[in-house]
Amino acid sequence: MSVAPAPPKAPPHGSAPFGLHHRRLPRWAVPAVVVAAVAVAVALRGTGLLSGTAQLVLVAALLSAVGVVTVSATVEGGRHARNRLATALVGTAFLLALLPLLSVLWEVVANGIEKMTPYFFTRSMLNVGPLDDAGGLYHAMVGTLEQVGLATLIAVPIGLLTAIYLAEYGGGPLARAVTFFVDVMTGIPSIVAGLFVLSAWILTLGMNFSGFAGALALTILMLPIVVRSAEEMLRLVPNALREASLALGVPRWRTILKVVLPTSFAGIITGVMLAVARVAGETAPLLLVVFGFDAINFNPFQGEQSALPLMIYQENAKGLEFSFERAWGTALALILLIMALNLGARIIAYFYAPKNR
Amino acid sequence: MAKRIDVSGLAAYYGNTPALRDVNMSIEARSVTALIGPSGCGKSTFLRTLNRMHEVVPGARVEGKVMLDGENLYSPGIDPVFVRRAIGMVFQRPNPFPTMSIYDNVAAGLRLNGLAKKRSQLDDVVERSLRSANLWDEVKGRLRRPGAGLSGGQQQRLCIARAIAVEPQVLLMDEPCSALDPISTLAVEDLIAELKTRYTIVIVTHNMQQAARVSDVTGFFNVESHGEPGKLVEMGDTSKIFTKPDEKATEDYVTGRFG
Ligand SMILES: Nc1ncnc2c1ncn2[C@@H]1O[C@H](COP(=O)(O)OP(=O)(O)O)[C@@H](O)[C@H]1O
Ligand SMILES: [Mg+2]
Repeated sequence: MSVAPAPPKAPPHGSAPFGLHHRRLPRWAVPAVVVAAVAVAVALRGTGLLSGTAQLVLVAALLSAVGVVTVSATVEGGRHARNRLATALVGTAFLLALLPLLSVLWEVVANGIEKMTPYFFTRSMLNVGPLDDAGGLYHAMVGTLEQVGLATLIAVPIGLLTAIYLAEYGGGPLARAVTFFVDVMTGIPSIVAGLFVLSAWILTLGMNFSGFAGALALTILMLPIVVRSAEEMLRLVPNALREASLALGVPRWRTILKVVLPTSFAGIITGVMLAVARVAGETAPLLLVVFGFDAINFNPFQGEQSALPLMIYQENAKGLEFSFERAWGTALALILLIMALNLGARIIAYFYAPKNR
Repeated sequence: MAKRIDVSGLAAYYGNTPALRDVNMSIEARSVTALIGPSGCGKSTFLRTLNRMHEVVPGARVEGKVMLDGENLYSPGIDPVFVRRAIGMVFQRPNPFPTMSIYDNVAAGLRLNGLAKKRSQLDDVVERSLRSANLWDEVKGRLRRPGAGLSGGQQQRLCIARAIAVEPQVLLMDEPCSALDPISTLAVEDLIAELKTRYTIVIVTHNMQQAARVSDVTGFFNVESHGEPGKLVEMGDTSKIFTKPDEKATEDYVTGRFG
């Protein structure tokens, strides 16, 4: 009996245990399901069940996810369906995270773009009445730059030295205590930092309200962020590099300065920028110790100043048409400032980062 | 300026765990000494006690003496930083500094130690070290490129160049070829043969043939059971260790009858 084996047939879908073939959804299937889901969502809005774009997007995303997974489960079977479910979940989570961000950005740009004129950037609010369509944020920009700059100048060296101590020398009870207090500092509400400076610096020591007092409050908020992020970055530096340097007869401190720090420089810069971005938008502590001032004051050590978040708060509080416009414009300027600082830091970090080619 | 090393009564600990006990060894100047033995028997630990790198590990300590041309490296007045300048080290995994170019990696020992010379002198040192490490011809056109962009074998030779740029008296190598392909391995072995005329070399290796090829003297370390401290079982001329060693354990190991 020498019956030639029958030519192998295409394995039956989903049931061939040893086949290499597997039925997959055609490429157009997923886009088609998404289009259908959007159509259904739009139809639902037509019936008045949904309101607003956000709801529409969410319902469409949900329907797409359910649709894709169902279609995949019937055609492709279990593992592929689960894969698609995970992909859909990740996609939805991404969308959810992005929505508020984009919506905030959109609102601020839409409302603030009109104010992006040289006039607005070069005028203070001195002698501008609540009903005038005039004035600008120059004084507040000066204040923010000086206060955040001073805070950075104080917080970065202290924070970096603390991080070096924790990552390179620490390990004993003192290091554990420092870590504990840094963790506690992370949780300090910003207004408490302001109150502390108010009571310790201004009321007890008898100093004046000033930009510098604000910088002190911002320093308290920056420190734990700088310490923790720099410590993480230093710990990422492979021990092999430290040993390579030590084995060349390089002292410990020079090893840290010349090998460890440059290797983690990009990460440390990112951490510092995170801290800067975090405190540049602080309002509460500045309200307590900087006070807000309509005129330009270049001296952060003497007299009241303003700051961008402070100006947003004050203009918004005036509750009038032109003051709202100024608040939006200032908000956009603040976002642009932080973006510019970030970009600058990334460029610096790029040139210092370890390279492979 | 190669120097001899005499080790006596050496014991090394990680915290309270002994990793080595009672090692006695003499290493002649301008010779290659190979250290062999199963994993975990303390070869790396021993090597690191020779240039005081052992104590870099938190809680690690050493007992006993290591004499470099008659001077005890562990006597109180000795600065470990100067010991490490005199006794260079090449590690198992190539570890060039990622932020530095090829040139800067080789110059690192001088620059980081504040011994930086004039530019032209530094150029000379870099070229001489790279030539010694058999790497010059491969990298002379791209000295300004990052050291991390080289192949594994080139990186290891870069690390050797970096180690010899500070002109140490002794060169310690911990399995320098274990991450390398056969051709790079050969290049490193040739290099060891050349360097031997100027340096005292101690090399840890897992490769019997390599030990037989490059070394004059071989030391066999062993550990009775896991968790016990390792010890030096036997040491002697390489030809003797590989043909008729005194100890049964050595014979079992070099003939491959050992785990
Ligand atoms: N950093 C360390 N901390 C604690 N124990 C270590 C450390 N390094 C090595 N040891 C222990 O010391 C012993 C010897 O290790 P090692 O010298 O690396 O052996 P080898 O190089 O011969 O494989 C092993 O038992 C190992 O577990
Ligand atoms: Mg080892």
